[in-house]
Amino acid sequence: MLSYILRRIVATLPVMAIVALFVFSLLYIAPGDPAVVIAGDQASPEDVERIRQSLGLDRPFLVQFGSWVWRILHGDLGTSIFTNLPVSAMIGQRLGPTLSLMIVTLLLTIVVAVPLGVVAAWKAGSLIDRIIMGFAVFGFSLPVFVVGYMLAYIFALELEWLPVQGYTPLTQGFWPWLENLILPSIALGCVYIALVARITRASMLEVLQQDYIRTAKAKGLGQGGILFIHALKNAAVPIVTVIGIGIALLIGGAVVTESVFAIPGLGRLTIDAILRRDYPVIQGIVLLFSFVYVLVNLMIDVIYTLVDPRIRY
Amino acid sequence: MDRRTVLKGLAGAGGLALTGLSAPAIAQGASARTLRFVPQANLANFDPIWGTQYVVRNAAALVWDTLYGIDAQLQPQRQMIESEETSDDGKIWTFKLRPGLKFHDGEPVLAKDIVASLSRWAARDPMGLMIIAIQQELTAVDDRTFKWVLKQPFPKMLYALAKNNAPCSFIMPERIAKTDPFKQITEYVGSGPMKFAKSEWVPGAKSVFEKFTDYVPRQEKASWLAGGKQIMVDRVEWIVMPDPATAAAALQNGEVDWWENPIADLVPVLKKNKNISVDIGDPLGNIGSFRMNHLFAPFNDVRARRAVLMALSQEDYMRAIVGDDDALWKSLPGFFTPDTPVYNEMGGEILKGKRDFDAAKKLLAESGYSGQPVTCLVAQDQPITKAQGDVTADLLKRLGMNVDFVATDWGTVGSRRAAKTPPGQGGWNMFHSWHAGADCITPAAYTAIRANGDKAWFGWPSSPNTEKEITGWFDAKSVDEEKAAIGRVNKAAIEDVVYAPTGFFLTYTAWRKNVSGITKGPLPFFWGVSKSA
Repeated sequence: MLSYILRRIVATLPVMAIVALFVFSLLYIAPGDPAVVIAGDQASPEDVERIRQSLGLDRPFLVQFGSWVWRILHGDLGTSIFTNLPVSAMIGQRLGPTLSLMIVTLLLTIVVAVPLGVVAAWKAGSLIDRIIMGFAVFGFSLPVFVVGYMLAYIFALELEWLPVQGYTPLTQGFWPWLENLILPSIALGCVYIALVARITRASMLEVLQQDYIRTAKAKGLGQGGILFIHALKNAAVPIVTVIGIGIALLIGGAVVTESVFAIPGLGRLTIDAILRRDYPVIQGIVLLFSFVYVLVNLMIDVIYTLVDPRIRY
Repeated sequence: MDRRTVLKGLAGAGGLALTGLSAPAIAQGASARTLRFVPQANLANFDPIWGTQYVVRNAAALVWDTLYGIDAQLQPQRQMIESEETSDDGKIWTFKLRPGLKFHDGEPVLAKDIVASLSRWAARDPMGLMIIAIQQELTAVDDRTFKWVLKQPFPKMLYALAKNNAPCSFIMPERIAKTDPFKQITEYVGSGPMKFAKSEWVPGAKSVFEKFTDYVPRQEKASWLAGGKQIMVDRVEWIVMPDPATAAAALQNGEVDWWENPIADLVPVLKKNKNISVDIGDPLGNIGSFRMNHLFAPFNDVRARRAVLMALSQEDYMRAIVGDDDALWKSLPGFFTPDTPVYNEMGGEILKGKRDFDAAKKLLAESGYSGQPVTCLVAQDQPITKAQGDVTADLLKRLGMNVDFVATDWGTVGSRRAAKTPPGQGGWNMFHSWHAGADCITPAAYTAIRANGDKAWFGWPSSPNTEKEITGWFDAKSVDEEKAAIGRVNKAAIEDVVYAPTGFFLTYTAWRKNVSGITKGPLPFFWGVSKSA
């Protein structure tokens, strides 16, 4: 297993290299010029050109790419064109809010979606099943920002239970940290809960038809034990897969959610960097996201062996 | 007990069990000493000379002081300066600093700091460049005295040092001011009324300013950038909110205290809230515009440009930008900010009265326009440019023009508008923008009105008459002379259609009623602003 994990980690390197080349090329050919944004609306073309030169943006593509790769190999993600701060420091500032948002959303999803899917499969065809699946369709259909605005209006403005916006680090207390994350996590989690609930239901339905479930029932095992111990464990592989894939959804959804709830996370940093053409920041974030995605896939593969002992690498 | 308290209690108990951490108690007094402000944009960099965005200028005015400051009457007033002298021939300016001025690091402000700061500023500022062009020397005479020796008089010297247009001539310590003006500074040490808390800066999210206790305000009453800058709170937090709906909700919920520029759509909601005050933020407002490329057909022919002016309805543009609130806009038959001392709309008849499409079409035909595509760049991510772009597309179609509507983002417009290639080869025919009214009072900082061909702003208009009259304004020695010169500039610029003004519009600002002392002006002034619990 250890050698498998090591091989997979080594295999991420070419993936990261391809992502790096792709992102750098895409930004190079994309329209827009950070020097123009820096110079401001009233700047002369000469000012813009001087800024381009000072930023090294006038150098040939290969020179720029080579110097960027060299820095990456030395563990340096570069410096933001706009803030003059190291990209790694900027990502570090934003990692906490995004990680918090994703963790709370993930926990919320697992806690809500898996039981809902199990119950829907258990009561397949009943009113309960239809209500749960109706909710799933609803969750799929509503855009994150619509859910976000609705939640903010009801729970923040009308009921005044929760704040509209912002983020408080965990170091300043658990409740201040959590109260800022409840509404964004529900908004972000809606689609995800719907997806996982549907997959759990489908997977459970298949497992519940198996002979060993009938045997368990015949032995007089309780319904809860059958559903959550015997059936769910055997239905877990596709559920784990979807949860893993869903992390990519979360990354995308975080961009919108962080804007709606003014959370200073990586999603907003990404948008700001793209709009300003802050190339080093965009490159740093995309590299980070691709690395996280590769790592999550590796974790899923490892978890497979835990939930299904037949899987070996 | 309401549900929030229950939730708080439950989560607090859970939190204590899980982490051992608890929420700090925040005293009401501490809350009242912190002013939470939602700025117009993200403070992405903090070098007011390197980056000339308004948001940088606005934040910099807290941290860095200026030698002179413009007041609400648009007059330059002494700020860091105690006295000044001009030689009889107007070529030698000698300035003396106020005693006791200190930087945030505790060092005294010396004349050598001023010399370095002015040199860096002048390299990036249009008026500064004019001074450099006639400069003989800029030297420190002693610790508190410096001298600017010119080869010819420059009557607008004090205005140049006081103006609020970016870049302002902010004063920094010599070691920082020696940074190449085209490279960013890395230390944010000023002598202004507040210190920048660099350790708390999260670009794109939050910037924090703390009261500088050693600041010595002037005795005069504060007026814009002039007078005594008394800071009434300990801390000002700038909280960036990219989404206007979120900012509106946060203001209503009391999570922020002051929102610099609420969008027109949300103002009715804010006005209904009894805890919120809403008023015009900047009486100098903004001038909407679109620029035509003077290098290529059809707009290389003045008749085509005039045809567009003849047909455009400023009311259509303004309603598209601000909606139905008539208090927020007015027609503008010219290029200069209305209701200012030297305002003059001479020659603006073409923009007044009923729109004459038949005459405009005739003039367009005379220009030789034969249906070639007109590449119209419209940034969709800026509400003001998007609204104007939609109106222009309709206008051009009604004139019988073939519109190539390029819907894109502001970053792309910013880059593409610099291209001097033909429209079909990556260039353009039109793009939309707007100018802060504070920049358009006179030609001093008004880059968009310049018509010196290749050196002019994008569109590269060439109008020798306009340039001649702009020079006349710089040489004017009284307000009456200035006003007459402005009239001539306006007339010449309209005749040659340097650009198309689409009207004058204002924006609101909104704040919680427990905040007082907010004044109208071209930037948010924090001196004199206080907050009760």
